[in-house]
Amino acid sequence: MKLESNVPSGPLEEKWDRHLKDIKLVSPNNKRKHKIIVVGTGLAGASAASSLAELGYEVSTFCIQDSARRAHSIAAQGGINAAKNYPNDGDSVWRLFYDTIKGGDYRSREANVYRLAQNSNSIIDQAVAQGVPFAREYSGLLDNRSFGGAQVSRTFYARGQTGQQLLLGAYQAMMREVHAGKIKNYPRHEMLDLVVVDGKARGIITRDLVDGSINRWKADAVVLCTGGYGNVFYLSTNAKNSNVTAAWRCHKRGAAFANPCMVQIHPTCIPVSGDYQSKLTLMSESLRNDGRVWVPRDPEDSRKPNDIPEEDRYYYLEEKYPSFGNLVPRDVASRNAKMVTDEGMGVGETGLAVYLDFRDAIKREGKEAIAAKYGNLFDMYQNITDDNPYEVPMRIFPAVHYTMGGLWVDYNLMSNIPGLFVAGEANFSDHGANRLGASALMQGLSDGYFIVPYTIGNYIADAELADVTTEHDAFTEAANTSSETLDKLLSVDGDKTVVEFHRELGKIMWDKVGINRSKEGLQEAIEQIRELRDDFYENVRVPGDAAYYNKYLEFAHRVADYFELAELMAIDALDRDESCGCHLREEYQTEEGEALRNDEEYSYVSAWEYGGVNGKLNTTLHKEPLDFEFVELKQRSYK
Amino acid sequence: MSEMTINLKIWRQKNAKSEGKFQDFKLNGVSEHMSFLEMLDVLNENLIKEGEEPVEFDYDCREGICGSCNLVINGRAHGPKHMTAVCQLHMRNYSDGDTIVVEPPRAKAFPIIKDLVVDRSAFDRIIESGGYVSVKTGAAPEANLIPVEKDTADQAFDYATCIGCGACVAACPNSSASLFTGAKLAHLNSLPQGKPERDKRSIAMVEQMEAEGFGDCSNYAECEAVCPVGISISAIAEMRRDYMKAAL
Repeated sequence: MKLESNVPSGPLEEKWDRHLKDIKLVSPNNKRKHKIIVVGTGLAGASAASSLAELGYEVSTFCIQDSARRAHSIAAQGGINAAKNYPNDGDSVWRLFYDTIKGGDYRSREANVYRLAQNSNSIIDQAVAQGVPFAREYSGLLDNRSFGGAQVSRTFYARGQTGQQLLLGAYQAMMREVHAGKIKNYPRHEMLDLVVVDGKARGIITRDLVDGSINRWKADAVVLCTGGYGNVFYLSTNAKNSNVTAAWRCHKRGAAFANPCMVQIHPTCIPVSGDYQSKLTLMSESLRNDGRVWVPRDPEDSRKPNDIPEEDRYYYLEEKYPSFGNLVPRDVASRNAKMVTDEGMGVGETGLAVYLDFRDAIKREGKEAIAAKYGNLFDMYQNITDDNPYEVPMRIFPAVHYTMGGLWVDYNLMSNIPGLFVAGEANFSDHGANRLGASALMQGLSDGYFIVPYTIGNYIADAELADVTTEHDAFTEAANTSSETLDKLLSVDGDKTVVEFHRELGKIMWDKVGINRSKEGLQEAIEQIRELRDDFYENVRVPGDAAYYNKYLEFAHRVADYFELAELMAIDALDRDESCGCHLREEYQTEEGEALRNDEEYSYVSAWEYGGVNGKLNTTLHKEPLDFEFVELKQRSYK
Repeated sequence: MSEMTINLKIWRQKNAKSEGKFQDFKLNGVSEHMSFLEMLDVLNENLIKEGEEPVEFDYDCREGICGSCNLVINGRAHGPKHMTAVCQLHMRNYSDGDTIVVEPPRAKAFPIIKDLVVDRSAFDRIIESGGYVSVKTGAAPEANLIPVEKDTADQAFDYATCIGCGACVAACPNSSASLFTGAKLAHLNSLPQGKPERDKRSIAMVEQMEAEGFGDCSNYAECEAVCPVGISISAIAEMRRDYMKAAL
């Protein structure tokens, strides 16, 4: 397997502009002869599809939801970063780049991250022009707020619904092209396989989720924008239907999977209440701007939170990290929450929670001002927990939120399978070992609006694409494989449900491949995943059949893929004998419990090649070394 | 923690062409902390174990923002709790022994796919007809060159929060999609960015709404009452005003 990053030479600031100058173009007349498939219609997919269609390509979009507007980008609450420096607090493209690469604990490509920071400002311009109703000041100009991991205010927001508003902007742009006949849109279609002809991505296989039919689609390039794989943990903040299947099937066809162990655990989520729990709800990180995180100093303290006086409260983030306080990056906040609960200081019925307290902010700014900033989040919290956060502190706990790992891509966002592009959370490209808040929306839209539309032309201009039809052997083989996979699951007829298996898998992952990892725990996890996977194929019960709408069949084949991915994640975490960002190996910590990197040996992207499953997952590690020419690698410190 | 027994009457229908009917279920051990959809998850787990087909219903984010879920509970879209999507409704709103009737949102323009799952693609086609600002990628001016009065921006945001769930249609005696259509028009038409296409947009979206088979608005205001994000019925007044202006 050859992994060329294809990062252009030259000074960091000039790489992308130089690349754009050198990139090959496809003339307008020829663009319409080229068909491009976009899978997934979240921020990356919808923005890529609309931009490609505007350029003149013939685009088809596929999503599993009943409408493109419902992709999970819609749930992002807090905001989107950009280096506009409107607040005049010293921000710049360089600072946004630097914060992002430092936040990612130096495990991402400099050139990619710099380009992301460069594109950030154009995204805001684009969204405003589309009518995205960002928060404004009385001057009529755009408002900003601060977010974790940064000392400037660079986050643009639309109350607590920034993802919704940005996605609707991209979705509307996409629907305009549907109306113009430039995009054919297929909702309720799930990608089951990638079709590779002569080593190039030439199409996909889908299942129509309404009538169950298996369909073949050909194209000159495929853009995968299918999000992350946090649901491998069963409980996460992801939507119930978010899954890894499209990406995993590409991996099985030869696409390298990069940094699979890099999973972000978000610090501010509503704690688990019982076994029936189906998902975890995130409370935006923006709450940490005004909320103070604490636990009682005495683990035996059973007083109500408001009865606990100041001196008996342990504001652990403020005490340990005086310069960032409650605004430390997500991985640091999550790890500390786990540390204090492990020490018995946790609160609530389960002891698996810490307080997020707005008492002082309300005293300082008034209830109205706090309601204006966080009203909908407070309502949501009260709805779920039946507690009123204006009066008693919220209880929060970390939950799986975002996956930095994903399919390996080069600087052009193309995987190692020519013609397969990967954008948004589905790729591994920009966040290294940890993503900063308000950076996911930025990356999805940067990839979709401002990178893929250019780089895909560069590929198409040069690719020698043979004429293929959907009758080609590669299509037939892939379609048959898809049907057989479904039939196999339906025919087991065991006595355990898919959800039961998924929950068990999730528990292994949370306990041993979650916030803290150890060599011993990971080895145990690998054994347990293998055993559970074997059991799955012998004892799972999938109801109904494949010829009609059948959600539990969808879950079954997604969980089947999770069983393979889970093993790869544990293998990757075991390989990485260091701690970095969200990947904390207990053996490698500083005296203060911070992640201790080993730059000498592990400054690489791990890219895994699939080799089949035979009791165990066969996989081969390839390394893309990370060279840092422009930043100096430092121990991250937020003190 | 108290556990309840809940009696369910759920609409079952194989597909758009077949006839549907209610099926009764009795579910024990329901916790007050469960969400309504988690209660249905538990029911489905039981059904699968018993060799029955589970009840199909739409859901995704379970945070009240994606708009996938849209059940009609005891005759009310999204159930009894004001400004709450059904995925955010919790069983603490019910009591031991309650009987709950669960139906899909019913409208000619929302054909049933299976059980409680309906086809809402008509909403996509309404947006497709004009629910956008025609700005191409890369053509946008610097963001702060377009100042928007704070009140105008806030009001546009209030309309823009529509999650496209279709509760407004389910609740309307006329099965009108006026609140959905009006909300998008009011969002875009009120902003300076949306002004150049205002007339064209207003006519196209209203006409598409009619073409999809949604009824007209008779000011019942049931839509506003069930809207999980509290879209004001004044959206419909704005829509009518903009449509009239454009048509004249």
